[in-house]
Amino acid sequence: MVNENDVKLSLYHIYAAFVALFIGGSLGLLQTLVRSESITLPFKLNYYQILTAHGVLLALVFTTLFIFGFMYAGISRTTGEFTSHRRKAAWIGYFLMTIGTVLGVVMILMNKATVLYTFYAPLQASPLFYIALALLIVGTYFASYAVIAQYNGWRKANPGQKTPLFAFMAVATIVLWLIATLGVVAAVLFQFIPWSLGWSEEINVTLSRTLFWYFGHPLVYFWLLPAYMAWYVVVPKVIGGKIFSDSLARLAFLLFILFSIPVGFHHQLTEPGISEAWKFLQVILTFAVILPSLMTAFSMFASFELAGREKGYKGVFGWFKGLPWSDVRFLSAFIGMAFFIPAGAGGIINASHQMNQVIHNTIWVTGHFHITIGATVILTFFGIAYWLIPHLKGRVLTKRMNSLANFQIVLWTIGMFIMSAAMHFSGLSGNPRRTQNSDYNGHEVASQWGSYETAMAVGGTLLLFSIFMFIILIIRLAKTEPLGQEEFPIGVALDENTKSPKLLENWKLWIGIAIALILIAYTIPVFDIIQNPAPGSPGYKFW
Amino acid sequence: MHVHKLEKVWLAIGFITLVAFLTTVGIQAFASGHGAPSDLTKVDPQNLEETEPFDDPGLHEIGENEYELVMILQSYGFTPNEITIPEGATVHFKVASKDVVHGFEIAGTTVNMMATPGYVNSTSYTFDETGEYLILCNEYCGTGHHLMSAQLEVE
Repeated sequence: MVNENDVKLSLYHIYAAFVALFIGGSLGLLQTLVRSESITLPFKLNYYQILTAHGVLLALVFTTLFIFGFMYAGISRTTGEFTSHRRKAAWIGYFLMTIGTVLGVVMILMNKATVLYTFYAPLQASPLFYIALALLIVGTYFASYAVIAQYNGWRKANPGQKTPLFAFMAVATIVLWLIATLGVVAAVLFQFIPWSLGWSEEINVTLSRTLFWYFGHPLVYFWLLPAYMAWYVVVPKVIGGKIFSDSLARLAFLLFILFSIPVGFHHQLTEPGISEAWKFLQVILTFAVILPSLMTAFSMFASFELAGREKGYKGVFGWFKGLPWSDVRFLSAFIGMAFFIPAGAGGIINASHQMNQVIHNTIWVTGHFHITIGATVILTFFGIAYWLIPHLKGRVLTKRMNSLANFQIVLWTIGMFIMSAAMHFSGLSGNPRRTQNSDYNGHEVASQWGSYETAMAVGGTLLLFSIFMFIILIIRLAKTEPLGQEEFPIGVALDENTKSPKLLENWKLWIGIAIALILIAYTIPVFDIIQNPAPGSPGYKFW
Repeated sequence: MHVHKLEKVWLAIGFITLVAFLTTVGIQAFASGHGAPSDLTKVDPQNLEETEPFDDPGLHEIGENEYELVMILQSYGFTPNEITIPEGATVHFKVASKDVVHGFEIAGTTVNMMATPGYVNSTSYTFDETGEYLILCNEYCGTGHHLMSAQLEVE
């Protein structure tokens, strides 16, 4: 059980996350309708304004709030209740994050920050927008403190013992986050805020982009790793099996820390001012992330197969039938995993020097991250919510609710399949991302994109219906479903009782290697960008 | 730490594939000259029109059916914005931004690069097929971003 005070902490984060999901998702549908020329926006809103809000609310706010809500519940469940001091830190974090979010959204709605969620200089938003982002990030530092202190406290109280896998993974995710945010914090504090306040006249554009992408790539792993936590720790219990290997799960998370940060240049492959050799080095490191990904895939299917065979299913693939397909806690995660197969392959394409030139900044890329964050991650998060909310509220997920939840998941799957397929295919022929429409005065090349835009709007409509349904189900699970005890599934590992190598919890070592790799990949090019800067840029407000 | 035999095989296959991929990408980038556009030439965006070669934007013949195309990008247009070249021409593109970050993409080709203010960016392409090509900006550059395009005719 989760302590009552921690229940409140977790739920506030999750509810705020769902508000962001609802608003951000609604804006997403509007975007597809504008692009397919089905509507024009009311209230003098412009397309790029709602696109900014969509990105900020979903990519930055929804993810971060949900992730911390999930972590707090899991940490409280596996390491015991938070001390009041740490819980206080977590609440301070919550308020900073929500104040930052509200301030940021107000700035966007006032049309003072139509810079999209990547806020590339030299487009210049109001200083309050950058301050809002800073508040959001500082809030996560308080939250990170609470989780790490709780983990350290558990270790002190249980010397020499293997830490709970959930807590270890939460800390690994946060370590990744802390190292990664250094880049964006440096850019916001030392470049964007002084420049938007007029204290400095010009900005070093390439430096700001490099710092952003130093953060931007590990950001996607910050979204993905909590989903992996559910896959590794929760799903094996749900299917009545075991975690395939505790040690390898820990190793995979550590490898994600190493290989997800010194790789930001693969987002800047077609950009001037960075030499090809440094780009290629970071492409190599990018590809290395395939190894822990393959370890995760192996682990999942090994765990599935063992569970199936345990239940008596025979034959090479007979165990497949032994999986609980009608259990939403499993189905949602499994579809998420399935989406990650094309998503991972697409990622390899994006990071490959030459293939990147075909798809760079086309809507293919939008399709790519809608099947990673918008399918793999969010489907897993939906699945988590369906047992976590009733668990925290002392209610149960009934059979009937489970079927409705399955329906919601399938609706999302179909919607995302249609939308992302249309994005991928039209991106291959050059349809650009981030455009209000792709008509180009009826140019022949652009004319082939129209039907894809319609398909995206159809997919987007299904997705928004799925969000509506999700919100209704969550409200019912929180308020009206029968009282009882829904399980917080925490799996047991096959190697639960064998000692795990001490090396795996030697954080100094792993953080040391991570920093060494970052220094190797970034020191010389960044030094060059700072020492021999290109002429700087004043701010522009083209909206 | 115990690693299952099949997992070792699986990871070995993954690792070999990875090395093969990287070798292919590396050879194409460095030996075959298909690296991503990474021009290191600096240029002052605020004095772009006074700086060579951007003081004379346009198409310049530099060899037999070989051209240099110098273009200025600004919100929301390309200068020049209508270009005609003969079939089979090789074009060396030189682009730079006068204001914010822009993208330079010729839809349906591999010409696709960023124009970040402060740098020149460049790439080359041989147009073996005739037709009307669409040049467009693929990085958000303001509320008129979707209007930023140009025509390239290969005849």
